[in-house]
Amino acid sequence: MSKQKIIKVLVCKPGLDGHDRGAKVIARALRDAGMEVIYTGLHQTPDDIVNTIIQEDPDAVMLSFLSGAHNTLCPVIMEKLKDQGIDDVLMGVGGIIPEEDKITLEKLGYKGFQGPGTELKEVVEFVRNNLKR
Amino acid sequence: MTESQEKKISDTRNKERQAKFKNLSDIDIKRLYTPDDIKDFNYNQDLGDPGRYPFTRGVYPSMYRGQLWTMRQFAGLGTAEHTNERFKFLIAHGQTGLSVAFSLHTIYGYEATDPHSLGEIGKEGVAIDTLRDMEILFDGIDLSTISTSMTINGPAAILLAMYIVVAEKQGHAPSELRGTIQNDVLKEYMAQKSWIFPPEPSMRLIIDTIEYCYKEVPQWYTISISGYHIREAGSTAVQELAFTLANGFAYIEAAIERGLDVDDFAQRLSFFFNSHNNFFEEICKYRTSRRIWAKRLKNKYGAKNPSSMRLRFHTQTAGVSLTAQEPENNIARVTLQALAAVLGGTQSLHTNSFDEALCLPTEKAAKIALRTQQIIAHESGVCDTVDPLAGSYYVEWLTNKMEQEVENYFDKIDELGGVIPAIRANFFQKEIANASYKYQQEIENNERIIVGVNKYKQEDSCSTEILKLDDTIAEEQVKKLNDIKNLRNDKKLASKLENLKRAAEGTENLMPYILDVVREYASIGEIITILKQIFDVYREDSIF
Repeated sequence: MSKQKIIKVLVCKPGLDGHDRGAKVIARALRDAGMEVIYTGLHQTPDDIVNTIIQEDPDAVMLSFLSGAHNTLCPVIMEKLKDQGIDDVLMGVGGIIPEEDKITLEKLGYKGFQGPGTELKEVVEFVRNNLKR
Repeated sequence: MTESQEKKISDTRNKERQAKFKNLSDIDIKRLYTPDDIKDFNYNQDLGDPGRYPFTRGVYPSMYRGQLWTMRQFAGLGTAEHTNERFKFLIAHGQTGLSVAFSLHTIYGYEATDPHSLGEIGKEGVAIDTLRDMEILFDGIDLSTISTSMTINGPAAILLAMYIVVAEKQGHAPSELRGTIQNDVLKEYMAQKSWIFPPEPSMRLIIDTIEYCYKEVPQWYTISISGYHIREAGSTAVQELAFTLANGFAYIEAAIERGLDVDDFAQRLSFFFNSHNNFFEEICKYRTSRRIWAKRLKNKYGAKNPSSMRLRFHTQTAGVSLTAQEPENNIARVTLQALAAVLGGTQSLHTNSFDEALCLPTEKAAKIALRTQQIIAHESGVCDTVDPLAGSYYVEWLTNKMEQEVENYFDKIDELGGVIPAIRANFFQKEIANASYKYQQEIENNERIIVGVNKYKQEDSCSTEILKLDDTIAEEQVKKLNDIKNLRNDKKLASKLENLKRAAEGTENLMPYILDVVREYASIGEIITILKQIFDVYREDSIF
């Protein structure tokens, strides 16, 4: 009997920013939509995140930034993933991301950029429609 | 007209837009409030005149007829040099109080060179590593005439020590200093999440600062017991109030346990609340908070000095209520929230800038935020009389209702063994996560309307001017830290750090030891690293 694969998502809070309300609400919405969700908790360094990706092998990673650290941390995370040869994971970014930064992050391979006011179903659809495997 | 026709017309007239009307704390609001809703109302017992127990109507007799609230806008970014410039600008324009926002690496007690600091230095506040940065931050500012509020928690004792040493170098005794440290660790575990140590050693550090300030810095507000972050993390108004007051009582009990008399320190505790969208709910929250605090201080903790029973508070409008869509609409939201804080009797107020869902405030947006307060103060007439809403059937009913709901939460917290055991059981964290998820779902189901977000929506509604920060701040900060390390007396510093470590292993008050290492230009990161060896670090369960 064939069974539909359950999508596995890692929700991350990189950096020192403690604003976890959005990340937690999104984690719950993805879980309620039938996905398997792992929430890393706060204060993740790029190494922490990449190690968790290696261990958990998620289909999608959702990074939440509200402190402005995305411009520094996103390139480091992507570099480390490349070093590990990981290129089949959907890398989503959300939070407060100014328009011009979105362009830079998109070039690096990030997608999504759901900001304040985004509907949860939009986030669920985003994950479903942009998986790389 | 037939009877059935008449009935039809009357049904249409009585038909309401919604099946239920609820405020943000999920309290059912009736169509009409009448004297029946406040049957047992007793003016002297329930309200009292302003300035009189139980202070429901306000903590001072003349309130804003005497003195307007302090307009205290939170500021800090980049290096100490940048923020010093900003402070001088604010002082030159008549501001009499400073409010410092610190960099996240400072808040967590990491050095600028630590991997955790990557990307965070100076982004959300001013970067401070050592006493040298604090000397620059307050350069040319007379600390005996200004009052300074510092939003700092984990390393609060260290920043206070640095402030005291900077003042000493200016020739001022600690007894001359006026200001506030947030120093409220309990809400960190619940909501803001900038904890460092586990709850017990964190409480010790807080009581150390209370005890030290009682003796040496008597004009200092030692804790700003904060509901703001609890609310921002997603709590309801009732939860904000209940959890914040419970934290306040936990500090009172810990200080009494240390051997202090409640009247020696309670008047140096202050509060910090949020002001969200539901206008009357917020006003009643402030009125309720004063009454509960006064009653408990008097009846449970035996306070005799009325000043110990006065709940004084700062308010900030709700950052979380700001929308990225059509950001100018936020000016209207902030105005209503600020008005609620004023009608609720706040002692000081920060109004958010309309662009804060997008970036740190631009100068234009920050100015509009301050002007909003000035318009309420000078044009609206709401400051002409004290507590103008008292006696309203609805307001008094809701004030009573909120008090009751808060008391229910106190019972639950007691059942769990008090605030710290309840934190360890994730009680508050779950309550907040559930409330925030429910709120979001109500918005998505259009049960709550956010203008421009789920009603009257327009495409491409986010464009506004954005503040960009300089990318060289981190490099500058690292260089400054390395420079000062080359200039220090390493031997002296090592011995002072060793003394601090030994004191931390015992039970002595740590403030004198922290002052000693700060004078030798120990970095906050170095001090926190030593204390972590003794105190350990806090680890959160990643629940959602």
